[in-house]
Amino acid sequence: MTKKPLMLLILDGLSGIMVLVAAGLVFFYAPVEVMMGMVQKVFYFHVATAWVGMLGFMVAAIAGILYLRKGTQLWDITGYAAVEISVIFFLTAIILGSIWARPIWNTWWTWEPRLTTAAIVELIYAAYLLLRKGVDDPERRARFSAIYAIFGFFSVPITFISIRLLRTIHPIVIGNAEAAASGGFNMDSPMKLTFFFSLAAFSVFFADLLWHRVRLGKLQGEVEQLRIDS
Amino acid sequence: MKSYLNAVRAVIWKDLTAEWRTRENLSAMLVFALLVILIFNFALELDIQAQESLSAGVLWATFIFAGTIGLNRSMAVEKDRGCLDGMLLAPVDRSVIYFGKAIGNLIFMLLVEIIVLPVYSFLYQVPVFQPGFLLVVLLGSIGYVAVGTLLATMVIQVRTRDILLPILLFPLTLPVIIAAVKASQGFLQMVPLDDIAAWLNLLIVYDLIFTSVSFMVFDYVVEE
Repeated sequence: MTKKPLMLLILDGLSGIMVLVAAGLVFFYAPVEVMMGMVQKVFYFHVATAWVGMLGFMVAAIAGILYLRKGTQLWDITGYAAVEISVIFFLTAIILGSIWARPIWNTWWTWEPRLTTAAIVELIYAAYLLLRKGVDDPERRARFSAIYAIFGFFSVPITFISIRLLRTIHPIVIGNAEAAASGGFNMDSPMKLTFFFSLAAFSVFFADLLWHRVRLGKLQGEVEQLRIDS
Repeated sequence: MKSYLNAVRAVIWKDLTAEWRTRENLSAMLVFALLVILIFNFALELDIQAQESLSAGVLWATFIFAGTIGLNRSMAVEKDRGCLDGMLLAPVDRSVIYFGKAIGNLIFMLLVEIIVLPVYSFLYQVPVFQPGFLLVVLLGSIGYVAVGTLLATMVIQVRTRDILLPILLFPLTLPVIIAAVKASQGFLQMVPLDDIAAWLNLLIVYDLIFTSVSFMVFDYVVEE
């Protein structure tokens, strides 16, 4: 059994503190938005979790490419870990978005293109997890899930482009004054600080979780190996 | 290049000949497609007023479902009788198998569509015979089959193969389905071409990207 690396411990502490500070900034530092009131504060974590979700899917695609090129098991574990974490974060983002949408758009869910895209993305990676469950041979499982992660990541932007083609009510928050009518707003600097700090905090949190999950995957592999050897 | 094309043609020809002897796959797809339309007819109460806006959706749902059956079947046959291993042993580039199978599947899907469209047009008086609409059908089918053939090759090597193909395929091909439905709807409702052009572009881009990615990774799907 390998000892937990010191860097990982530090990262644990750092991500814990950063997420707490981010929450503190959201509740005590960032001003209350004039039009929407308190519920707008969900925005900071809504975007941060969605960002982490997309980040993880990107990591999975890159890990997929690296696995196909190099064939090292580490990349397979990394890809799997990234998808597992991101599926949870992305689901959180969708739920937080719903909480925001209820008072502002007066509905929990609308078949607006960006929400639809989010639902599709979530389903793609749910399918990824099902695919992994269906393959017994580890080498084949790694190959197939690498390919599927690459495909999934290619299809996301194309699905996203369809947003531009259909009319949308989802606000484009940064740098767009016209969006105000549909629940968009301009951020003043305390808001911007809170926003970018939340993004950073969740990114560090993601890196921490990913490291843990990769480590767990490696240990799992070792246990499997020991079982075969004995 | 010439020998490459000959090899692709050989794979397509093999599929067509095998299919011609039994006609299992085509007839199953066709009967299934007609049944789907029948179900939609009752589920959505398709009358002349409703079909105006729903036709494109109903048609594409039918093609997609029938296509899944065809894809699953066409690759399962290769695996069950060890035919895939035989093809892999052939001294040709492996992408030959991908393109051969994909074009074969495309031909089957188009054949089903060629039969379903007049029937649908006859039942609901929909003007499906316009070049633009037929182009959308072709482009949409290409995108669907390009991804579908690759995933079907993957799925037949998996334990849960009977249920996995639609689960993997549908979310990935949703851009195709959205764009194809929107473009078909545009042509059926006589919308000016400018409004449809964006959807056509999206279909073309999707077809190009996913055919190339499939071509690049196919080697890894059949590797032993």
